[in-house]
Amino acid sequence: MEKWSRFNVASVVLGFGFLYLPIVLLVIFSFNESKLVTVWAGFSTKWYSQLWHNQGLLDAAWVTIRVGLLSATCATVLGTLAAVALVRYSRFRGRVLFSGMVYAPLVMPEVITGLSLLLLFVAIGLDRGFWTITLAHITFTMCFVAVVVQSRLLSFDQSIEEAALDLGATPVRTFFAITLPVIAPAVFSGWVLAFTLSLDDLVISSFTTGPGATTLPMKIYSQVRLGVTPEINAICTILIGIVALGVVVASIVTKRREVHRERDERAAIAAIG
Amino acid sequence: MMKSLGSIRRSFAPWADPASKPFISVKNVTKKFGDFTAVDDLSLNIYTREFFALLGASGCGKSTLLRMLAGFEQPTSGEIILDGQNLAGIPPYRRPVNMMFQSYALFPHMTVENNIAFGLKQDGMPKPEIAERVAQMLKLVKLEKFAQRRPHQLSGGQRQRVALARSIAKRPKVLLLDEPLGALDKKLREETQFELMDLQQELGLTFVIVTHDQEEAMTMADRIAVMSHGKVVQVATPAEIYEAPNSRFVADFIGDVNLFDGTVIGVEGGSLRIETTSGIQLRMASPEKPASGAKAAVAIRPEKIRISRQPPDHAPVNTAEGEIWDIGYLGDMTVFHVRLKDGKVVKASSLNAVRAVEDPLGYDQQIWISFGEDAGVVLKD
Ligand SMILES: Nc1ncnc2c1ncn2[C@@H]1O[C@H](COP(=O)(O)OP(=O)(O)O)[C@@H](O)[C@H]1O
Ligand SMILES: [Mg+2]
Repeated sequence: MEKWSRFNVASVVLGFGFLYLPIVLLVIFSFNESKLVTVWAGFSTKWYSQLWHNQGLLDAAWVTIRVGLLSATCATVLGTLAAVALVRYSRFRGRVLFSGMVYAPLVMPEVITGLSLLLLFVAIGLDRGFWTITLAHITFTMCFVAVVVQSRLLSFDQSIEEAALDLGATPVRTFFAITLPVIAPAVFSGWVLAFTLSLDDLVISSFTTGPGATTLPMKIYSQVRLGVTPEINAICTILIGIVALGVVVASIVTKRREVHRERDERAAIAAIG
Repeated sequence: MMKSLGSIRRSFAPWADPASKPFISVKNVTKKFGDFTAVDDLSLNIYTREFFALLGASGCGKSTLLRMLAGFEQPTSGEIILDGQNLAGIPPYRRPVNMMFQSYALFPHMTVENNIAFGLKQDGMPKPEIAERVAQMLKLVKLEKFAQRRPHQLSGGQRQRVALARSIAKRPKVLLLDEPLGALDKKLREETQFELMDLQQELGLTFVIVTHDQEEAMTMADRIAVMSHGKVVQVATPAEIYEAPNSRFVADFIGDVNLFDGTVIGVEGGSLRIETTSGIQLRMASPEKPASGAKAAVAIRPEKIRISRQPPDHAPVNTAEGEIWDIGYLGDMTVFHVRLKDGKVVKASSLNAVRAVEDPLGYDQQIWISFGEDAGVVLKD
């Protein structure tokens, strides 16, 4: 064990404090009896039950979930294909440009992504609403999926694809029967990431939305401008729960595979020894 | 059974018969990666049911040649004919060959059974037949009990067997094996060599195996192609390669050898007289008779060199004086390093046929080495 110096402890406490104190406060106050957000008046879950009567919030939540599921799924398909193309056909012309273009949205200011998408939708005369938000989310989450899947493909043993071809499988069959099942955990992680990104996006959604398509973050933001209510705290707590669950599930899936693998390998070695 | 296999093997020499047609013909094949030439204007013929080995140091282009046979790489120029069919432009999944990969390349998400069945399913074979064939393959490689395991639940040797079973399940016309035993330990490797040979005889397949291990190639193959820098240096049976190498490179690459450089000084009967640079007089049987004054090298294997305490009768020809410099006891035989008068160190080995020798040879002892006229090979370069 290494010794923890006071400095180390202080920096860890400070760092985690910055990260989680606001969230902890939010969660605590979502269980506050009082309507005043800053005064604790005892434990209650009444704000959670009130949520079910706030039609506006429920509608927004429904839009958000539909946008999230649809855009994450499309982004996963496109992002996976892009990653495969980038890793497999490493010698095609313009590869550097293509990979740069895939990664650019990762660092592009959201305002710019949002604005340019808005301009595009206006230019081609697309009615803004559910579909434009979904398209916008596919665009910006796709590159995250591509990054996750690409890093998995780099450690992928290409000879198993060659073995499949050798045994008579066409390239398309090889992709579905061999490549996809093997990289499935990374694809799933990519999907979870895309879904959570879509879930809490505010800026790009605001730019590309239209009448009747208000997502939860947009709704929350507009309500907060009129004052923070415990109801908002409650819905945020639920959102945090969903996102945390996603992250935990994704990491458990990865971790469990590793553990199983190691255990089986040890058993196999013990069996010969 | 074994006896009859042996006699079939002995009489199996289609390459010596001008009437027999090669099954695989590699014609002037060159493969370039950018500026680098991995396979250089290479030609080879391989015959039906032959166990053919590509032998060479790592990086000499063996795998590249194999991958061109399998269809993963396209020749830059030249052509490959298999059973009368030009393979140019035919993708790997339409070639009647299968490959066993160096890394085994087992499908990690499938059971042993499904790994073996994969190729059969691609052919649309009916299910009951697939089940039957898979069972047969599992029995052949003695993995019946492991049918439901995943690859990572198997030992290295078991994985190797699955890879083998998978690659022969489709009964390909040709099986390509890329260093199939490279990942096994020595004992398992030797056992598996004989199993592969029996399997090849039993199924009547043509095997093309890649290896950098000369013992492995010598043990298993009917013929060996020794490769160097993308070219074939010699193609011959293991015995020919060992006893009659066609070049310094082959003599040096296969087994241990002592090379004496010298000059031809004449012909004596059916033999060639050569004087080495340090003045040793040699008389060697040689079918070729280079003119006097030509440079020549004589290659003599350690086991063909005798050691004696007295000068042999045929002195001063085919003999040299020296002292024992080093002794390596290997159990079945002993290797002596003998330092000649001119400082050259010669290896000589002798079989330990009896358990204890009275008065064995010791370090620094003055001795004579000698050899017969047909003990060595005269190499021109
Ligand atoms: N796809 C490739 N691109 C570039 N160089 C390659 C490629 N495949 C093989 N080579 C080079 O060709 C040479 C021969 O490789 P290989 O056939 O694998 O040798 P080996 O005899 O060890 O099997 C090596 O120097 C290797 O670096
Ligand atoms: Mg190789």
